[in-house]
Amino acid sequence: MSSAATNITPLNITSIREDFPILHQKVHGKPLIYFDNAATSQKPQLVIDRINQYYTKENSNIHRGTYYLSELASNAYEGARDAIQKQFNAEKREEIIFVRGATEGINLVASSWGRKNLKAGDDVLITGMEHHANIVPWQQICIEKGAKLKVLPVDDNGQIHIDEFESMISEHTKFISVVHVSNGIGSINPVKEMIAIAHKHNIPVLVDGCQAVPHRKIDVQDLDADFYTFSGHKVFGPTGTGILYGKEKFLEDMPPYQMGGDMIKFVSFEHTTFNSLPYKFEAGTPHISGGIGLATAFEYVDSIGRENIEAYENELLHYADEKFNEVDGIRILGNTKNKIPVFSFVVEGTHPFDIGTMLDFEGVAIRTGNHCTQPLMERFGVSASCRASLAFYNTKEEVDNFIIALNKVIKMLK
Amino acid sequence: MKIGKMTIQETEDEIVEEFEMFGDWSEKFEHIIALGKKLPSFPAELQLEENKVRGCQSNVWLTTDLRDGKIHLEGDSDALIVKGLVALVLKVYSDHTPDEIINTPLTFIQRLGLSASLSPTRSNGLDSMIKKIKFYALAYKAKMNS
Ligand SMILES: Cc1ncc(COP(=O)(O)O)c(C=O)c1O
Repeated sequence: MSSAATNITPLNITSIREDFPILHQKVHGKPLIYFDNAATSQKPQLVIDRINQYYTKENSNIHRGTYYLSELASNAYEGARDAIQKQFNAEKREEIIFVRGATEGINLVASSWGRKNLKAGDDVLITGMEHHANIVPWQQICIEKGAKLKVLPVDDNGQIHIDEFESMISEHTKFISVVHVSNGIGSINPVKEMIAIAHKHNIPVLVDGCQAVPHRKIDVQDLDADFYTFSGHKVFGPTGTGILYGKEKFLEDMPPYQMGGDMIKFVSFEHTTFNSLPYKFEAGTPHISGGIGLATAFEYVDSIGRENIEAYENELLHYADEKFNEVDGIRILGNTKNKIPVFSFVVEGTHPFDIGTMLDFEGVAIRTGNHCTQPLMERFGVSASCRASLAFYNTKEEVDNFIIALNKVIKMLK
Repeated sequence: MKIGKMTIQETEDEIVEEFEMFGDWSEKFEHIIALGKKLPSFPAELQLEENKVRGCQSNVWLTTDLRDGKIHLEGDSDALIVKGLVALVLKVYSDHTPDEIINTPLTFIQRLGLSASLSPTRSNGLDSMIKKIKFYALAYKAKMNS
């Protein structure tokens, strides 16, 4: 592939790494290798500075004050909403709801949409590779309503199949909630095709985009998603931030999720008129600095270029895939080509906890356990795995050093 | 070397001293792993749910019985490092009276200076194991006094 033809600029990783102050430290005397990006990403200086600036110069409560500072903060926060609307190509700013993270986004929809619309005998369809955050809220509302949670199987390669998906849809199916990219194994799901099929049957779809947003540009109108949610901390933004995108026609029809200040128009002791979108779903003082910082994180990503990031990450994916597969006794869970640089693996004769604990002493941060995807781990016949998840600030050299460290600890454990 | 059974504290001190001889982390881990490999695994019939001490990431199993007024402990884990630490906990606590166990908190794991993930926490199951041992000690004590 010629880079001129596709307009890809190779990333200057050295200079990119300079933007992330946390990466430049030693852990147990070794240079930090941060391979736990699927759990949370690191923050560029630009985001840290923006939050700092907010508390240094702009802090005040929004939507309430009549004074200069409050207007400054309100404008910055609402400006962040506009920027995020653009980033995701949402049709209207009213469709962008600030939430605490994907967990809250999903709970909001399950609770508000689910409580109003689900009834006994209905089905909700999810996939076998969901994060617990996209299982438990649906499971619980189904139990409450006497509805059924149906699960689309995952094959040995860690993929779902469109034909199987379509065959699971029936007149009972009322809602579909699917993960865009698996946090457990990195597979990218064909959500656009799934949504098109669901819409043929008039079924709304929520997409859990937690692991997709850090790696791909998302266009909610192109996907035609009815709901799309993600967590800000996984896309180089602050913790405690996230977005729920919802089509206006659904959001208008849904009852509020939490009650309090900001989400009301008029309150008496007997009656309340709720505020209009998006505020109807934003009760109480929000994470103002977080929302502003999140918009800055997208600014940063855009400054590097989404296509450039994707090209580099694919290169990193293929490089690492080869190196991982050379490790003696390794089994990588999920074997699809269409994935992000996430490697979930087990090593014959060793426990993931032992590997993770000892890698820490080599300066390596990976995640071990079930990654909040217990049913998916069970699907692969393991209770836990090691997971190395890479971001665009990671390097081939880090992959090499990781493999050396991994081989060292495996040898010690055998 | 003292003749007869050492106290809980004396065993702990001995372990800590032993670890001070090791240089870097890999020597410490090699020792813990060796201890883990040496500790006999539970037969399948003892790897029961009721003997399980739930950790977030690794499984720990524990059995207890009272022998001549002392609590005898056996333990196992599916993670080798945890198993090595279980072996140390057994060495320190097993075959002591309920009172000795109740009145002596464990300090050696912190004193070994290994890592955050090896201090007794929810994630490795050691914390629950130690709590469970204390719980059994209280229960045996109550039984002996009744
Ligand atoms: C796919 C997926 N969905 C949902 C979540 C939950 O995100 P949060 O804990 O930020 O709400 C995560 C985070 O691990 C995830 O990876």
